[in-house]
Amino acid sequence: MAILVLAEHDNASLKLDTAKVVSAAVAIGGDVHVLVAGSDCAAAVSAAQALTGVSKVLVADATAYQAQMAENLSALVLNLAGDYEYIVAAASSVGKDTLPRVAALLDVAQISEVIEVVSADTFVRPIYAGSALATVQSLDDKKVLTVRTSAFDAAGNEGSAEAVAVDFVAEAKTEFVSQTLTESERPELGSAGVIVSGGRGMGSGENFAILEALADKMTAAVGASRAAVDAGFVPNDLQVGQTGKIVAPDLYIAVGISGAIQHLAGMKDSKVIVAINKDPEAPIFQVADYGLEADLFDAIPELTNLL
Amino acid sequence: MKVLVPVKRVVDANVKVRVKADNTNVDTANLKMALNPFCEIAVEEAVRLKEAGSATEVVVVSIGAKAVQEQLRTSMALGADRAIHVQTDEELVPLSIAKILKAVQEKEQADLVIFGKQSIDGDNNQTGQMLAALTQMPQATFASELKLSAEGAEVTREVDGGLQTLKMPLPAVVTADLRLNEPRYASLPNIMKAKRKPLETLSIDDLGVSLKAHQNIVKVTPPAERQAGIMVSSVAELVEKLKNEAKVI
Repeated sequence: MAILVLAEHDNASLKLDTAKVVSAAVAIGGDVHVLVAGSDCAAAVSAAQALTGVSKVLVADATAYQAQMAENLSALVLNLAGDYEYIVAAASSVGKDTLPRVAALLDVAQISEVIEVVSADTFVRPIYAGSALATVQSLDDKKVLTVRTSAFDAAGNEGSAEAVAVDFVAEAKTEFVSQTLTESERPELGSAGVIVSGGRGMGSGENFAILEALADKMTAAVGASRAAVDAGFVPNDLQVGQTGKIVAPDLYIAVGISGAIQHLAGMKDSKVIVAINKDPEAPIFQVADYGLEADLFDAIPELTNLL
Repeated sequence: MKVLVPVKRVVDANVKVRVKADNTNVDTANLKMALNPFCEIAVEEAVRLKEAGSATEVVVVSIGAKAVQEQLRTSMALGADRAIHVQTDEELVPLSIAKILKAVQEKEQADLVIFGKQSIDGDNNQTGQMLAALTQMPQATFASELKLSAEGAEVTREVDGGLQTLKMPLPAVVTADLRLNEPRYASLPNIMKAKRKPLETLSIDDLGVSLKAHQNIVKVTPPAERQAGIMVSSVAELVEKLKNEAKVI
């Protein structure tokens, strides 16, 4: 049983998500190969070679893969698929874009956002914004899976897999125009140990400065609810929830967030949840381990000072 | 230019569903149903393209039991010109839905297919990508901006860490993210007018599609409940608890 893992990277470095997907692949059991498709991605390749549990790294290094577009990336994966029983990727924007395309080309169903491997053909995944968990048995000969990375620990760095070049270059009708990434010196939302998140209660974008000060003190990432994003307080890639990022840090501090179902779907697997809200009836208090009914404009600076 | 918009009937986003006692599925009996919020955004975008003069016709399609006609009427009240209902009582995986939609696309020859990025019941986020694969169309998923020109579509996508812009020739598949637009409400006169717009019903056999079984749902269970938490009375107490009880800071 060979498993192909699609690496999550930005050409310059390998993302922690890849190590988590490798853990899921190791849980399935079998020979784990990682595909790094990109352009000038040597650093990502050597990081992938070091992942514990990986026996081979396939390298498709071509300008065509620079933006990791679904159209040619799926053609590349399809070209390699004959040797693999499993094709697995993170449920990230690249994984979610590409893998369903691969699955359809292989005429197999995809199982999205796997949170637990029950056996070689049976997996658990959340449905209805996490209100229920479905245990699904695949009847297809090839299994195409995306993995919710917050549900798996990262694989270690004690491996020394061989790297093998893949020459196949797929052309695409899609053309890459540009990319704007949000610059941040704080840890990434997906991998942060502590997340400080603000909602509509923050009142304005400027007020997020007090959350940022707290986040800096705790080496935490800053997140937001959809209300805060829609109000233009912060960019949308900070959104935590069913339609944003799904996170599970050790500590999640929800500030001025009421706790709608769609937001809870993105953070309710955090180890410890703290809610600071002036409305004692806010639903967030029902999932919070520690709740503080207070005005956030008093409580956050005080908290920052006490740490 | 013709736009095809596949839409889905789902449990209303504000309703909390419960798992059935026998763990076979979630209990959706007697719950309020609605048009999937992302599909609403897709319909809105198609109607805006028509209002801007770039699209000539907006066709909505839904697959499911007779009740989905309600959501097709809603879509027509929002501005779609006509609807296609593919009748089936079976619950289908996204790949099977995509195969049916491929047959509808072959019949309709739309230049642009706009989907919602995911349905809020299955949370699969697959169908648009799968239709693009089966029809060999380029795809732009998680769109937050869509511009059409003579050469094709230019789409800005929401990706991890920021935004990405892609360009592609038509026909193409676009899936709508939350921030693509703010959907309108259907007005009463438009709801009345929608009742007279054409709605065609087809069966999967009419479309000549053969489907196969891909997976078994072994069981559906409720997620683990969180232990009830405590309310603290001051910031100092909160810090003390986080340090000494939870040991997370």
